[in-house]
Amino acid sequence: MSERQLQMVKGNEAVAEAAVRAGCRHFFGYPITPQNELPEYMSGRMPEVGGTFLQAESEVAAINMVYGAAGAGVRVMTSSSSPGISLKQEGISYIAGAELPCVIVNMVRGGPGLGSIQPAQSDYFQSTKGGGHGDYRMVVLGPATLQEMVDLTYEAFDIADRYRNPVMILGDGVIGQMMEPVRFPDLMDPDTLPTKEWATKGRRDREELNLINSLYLDPDACWAHNQHLARKYAEMQENEVRYEVVHGDAEYFLVAYGTTARIARRSMTDLRERGYDVGLVRPISLWPFPEKAFRDLADRARGYLAVEMSLGQMVEDVRLSVDSSVPVAFYGTAGGVMPHHADITQQMEDLIRGTGDDR
Amino acid sequence: MYHEILIAGFGGQGVMLMGQMLAYAGMKRDLNVSWIPSYGPEQRGGTANCGVVLSTEPVGSPVVTEPSDCAVMNLPSLTKFEPAVTPSGYLYVNTSLCPDEVTRDDIKVVRVAATEEADAMGNARVANMIMLGAMMGGLEGLPFEVMEEVLPDVLPERHHGLIPVNLKALARGREIFESAE
Amino acid sequence: MKAVFTRPRSLTDGATHYCPGCIHGVAHRMVAQILDEMDLADRTIGVSPVGCAVFAYDYFQCDFQQAAHGRAPAVATGIKRAVPDSFVFTYQGDGDLASIGTAEIVHAASRGEKISVVFINNAIYGMTGGQMAPTTLEGQKTTTSPAGRDLADTGNPIRMTEMLATLPGAAYLARGSCHDIKHLRATQKYLKRAFEVQERGEGFSMVEILANCPTNWGMSPVESLQWMEENLVPYYPLGEFRSPEEVE
Ligand SMILES: Cc1ncc(C[n+]2csc(CCOP(=O)(O)OP(=O)(O)O)c2C)c(N)n1
Ligand code: SF4
Repeated sequence: MSERQLQMVKGNEAVAEAAVRAGCRHFFGYPITPQNELPEYMSGRMPEVGGTFLQAESEVAAINMVYGAAGAGVRVMTSSSSPGISLKQEGISYIAGAELPCVIVNMVRGGPGLGSIQPAQSDYFQSTKGGGHGDYRMVVLGPATLQEMVDLTYEAFDIADRYRNPVMILGDGVIGQMMEPVRFPDLMDPDTLPTKEWATKGRRDREELNLINSLYLDPDACWAHNQHLARKYAEMQENEVRYEVVHGDAEYFLVAYGTTARIARRSMTDLRERGYDVGLVRPISLWPFPEKAFRDLADRARGYLAVEMSLGQMVEDVRLSVDSSVPVAFYGTAGGVMPHHADITQQMEDLIRGTGDDR
Repeated sequence: MYHEILIAGFGGQGVMLMGQMLAYAGMKRDLNVSWIPSYGPEQRGGTANCGVVLSTEPVGSPVVTEPSDCAVMNLPSLTKFEPAVTPSGYLYVNTSLCPDEVTRDDIKVVRVAATEEADAMGNARVANMIMLGAMMGGLEGLPFEVMEEVLPDVLPERHHGLIPVNLKALARGREIFESAE
Repeated sequence: MKAVFTRPRSLTDGATHYCPGCIHGVAHRMVAQILDEMDLADRTIGVSPVGCAVFAYDYFQCDFQQAAHGRAPAVATGIKRAVPDSFVFTYQGDGDLASIGTAEIVHAASRGEKISVVFINNAIYGMTGGQMAPTTLEGQKTTTSPAGRDLADTGNPIRMTEMLATLPGAAYLARGSCHDIKHLRATQKYLKRAFEVQERGEGFSMVEILANCPTNWGMSPVESLQWMEENLVPYYPLGEFRSPEEVE
C-alpha cells in the first residue's frame, strides 16, 4: 500500500497517526471515552517507531509529563476528553507560562461534571478563553473532517514549535469515533527538525544554562514576561487565523465549526435549494477567532445564525465580530445531543422571515 | 444521492463490519462516505449498531437517526429502528431472528432469512454478508463487483481464504433482493 | 451463609447494568447485607466512583454522592466531617483508587479518616474498555499493553493494601477474594469488621476485594474465576493486614 493512498481510519487513530507522521515520538495519556482509541493506537504504534507511549496515573500526571518532555525539546502530545482536560488545566497554564510547545487533543463530550460520553462543543470557552489561570492563549483548531484533522494535527506541531506555545485540537465524540477516508502526509524523521537551543537536555558543551520556568516573583519581571507573551499572541492573531466561507456572496450566513459545521452545511444546501440566499462561515482556528471573515462580509451580510453543540459559547465571539445592527441568532443543543439539519434549516428560515425577507 | 444507512444487531453478528464494507465500497467508487459505531457501555452484551453515509454531496452528520436504508439483524433492533426509517425507505429484516411482522406500510420491506440461509450454506458466520448483499441491491451507484476489491482490505490477511465464501454469500443476498423486488 | 444470595433490604430490586458474571453485583450484595445486619442504611451515605460502579447509587437503598474520578475518599471526608454520626463508605475500582486517586486514598488513610473503603481490584479498567491498570499483572494483555504488561516500562502491579498498611491512621485493612464461596465468606467477615471499626470511631478502614472482568479479560465468567485463583490470588495475598487489636 503506497503511503499516500486513501485509507479508511477512525478519527482517534487518524490524529494519532498524523502526530507520528509529524515527528511526535512521545505520548502521555490516560483512558477516557470517547478518545480511548487514541492512546490505544499509540501503545502499539510508538514502539514501532522507537517512540514512547506511557499511560500516566492521571491526566494531571500526563500533562506534567508533557511539560517535562516538551521542556526537554521533543515533539510531544497528550489527549483526553472533557473531564480529563479539566484536570489538565493547571498544567496547560504552566506550559503556556514556561512557553513550551506541545499538542493537546480534546475529544469533547457532554458536560458539566461527568456528563455524558456523547459529542459536545461545550468546552469552547475553556479552550479558547484559557481554562487555567493567568493571561495566556493557545491556538485552538476545530477540524470538521478527518482529513482536515490529520492536516491540522500535522501542522499543529509546527505551530507549537514556531511560537513555543501549546496548540489544541478540539474535536468531539463524533469526530473521534467516525471513520472517513484520509491521506496521511509522509513520515517525518524527528532528527531532521531544527534543534531547540532553549531546551533542557543537560548543559554538556553549551555556554549558558537552560531553565524551564514560569515563576517571576518580581511583579515588574512578571509584567515584562506577560508583555512578551502578549506580543507573541498578537503575532499568532496575525498569522494563524484559519476559516472557510462557503457562498461568500450570500446574504445570510450559518456559522458553525467542527462536526456542527458538517450538519450546518447540509442545511445550507437545503435552504439554497428552496431559494434562500444562505452561506456558511466555518471558523477553523477558534483561537485566534476569524474576526476577519465577518469584517469581509460586513457590507453584505444581513443576518447570522450561529449553531453549536453547546448552550451558546462561540456565538459570543461571533457577536463581538459583527456590526451590532446585524442580527446574530443562536441555535444549540447540549449534553451530547446533536442538532438536526432540519431544525437548523427551520431556525434559519425563522431568522430570514423575522427580518422581513419572506419569499 | 444521499444514502443514510443504519445497521443494527447484537454484538458478534458482524454489523460493524457490514457498515465498514459499505463505506470502503463507497470510497472505492469515489463517493463521500462516513462510518460511525454506537459507542459506550450500553453496547456491552446488548445491541450494537453503526451508521454509514454514502453520498455525492459532502457528508453532514455521520450519525444516522433517520435511515433511508436500514438493516436489522435481530428483534430488539427491529423494534427500535422500524419507526426511524424514512418514508419509502428500505427496511431489511433478518426474518430468521425477527418473528414479529413489520407494521409500517409506507416503507419497502425486504425479508431476508439471513441466519437460515447462512446455515444452509454451511457457514453460520456469513449471515451478515447475505444481508449485506441484499442491501447492495437497494443502493444505486455501488456496483456489486466492488466487494471483490473491498474484502481483501477489510479482512485480515490470515482470513483471505474466506473471500470466496463471503462473495458467494453476498451473491446469495443479491439474489434474494432481486427476487423480492 | 446462604444469606448472601437473598436480596438485602439495602439493595433495590431489579437488574443491574453489570455484565453477566461480573463480581460487582456480588460485592454490592455483600455490602448491602452488612448494612442490613448492622442496621446502618438510614444513616449511611455511599460514595460512588467513576468506573463500572458509577451507577452504584441506583442499587443501594441509602443516600449517595457521586464523586469525580479517584476523589471519593476526599468527598467521603467532607461528608463524614459534616455529619460525624453518619456511616460513610466509598466503593472504588482499581483505576479509580490505585491510579488517579492515589493521593486521596493515601491521605484519607493517613489522617485516620473514619470512613470505610470497598476497593474492587479487577486488574483492569472495565468501564473504558479494558486498558491497563496499576494492578494489571505482569504480561497481562490489555488495550494499552497490547504486548502484555512490561514491568521494566510500567513498574510492578501495586499492592495498595500493603502500601496503606504502613500508615498508622489505617485502623483496619484486609484483602479478600470472590473466586469461590469460601473466600466470599471470609471477605464478608472482613467487610463487617471494617464497618465496625468505623462505627467504633477507630479510624480508617478498607477491604480490597479481588474481582473479575470477564468482558475485558476476554473470558467466560467461569474461566475468569479460575484465572483469578491461579493468577490474582498468588500475587495479591489474602487476609487481614491491619486490625485495631494489632494497632494497640
Ligand atoms: C478525569 C477522568 N479521567 C478519566 C475518566 C474515564 N474513566 C471512566 S471509568 C475509568 C476507569 C475505570 O476503571 P476502574 O476504576 O478499575 O473500575 P472498573 O470499571 O474496572 O470497575 C476511567 C479512566 C473519567 N471519567 N474522568
Ligand atoms: S466491564 Fe468488567 S468490571 Fe465492568 S461490568 Fe463488565 S465485567 Fe464488570
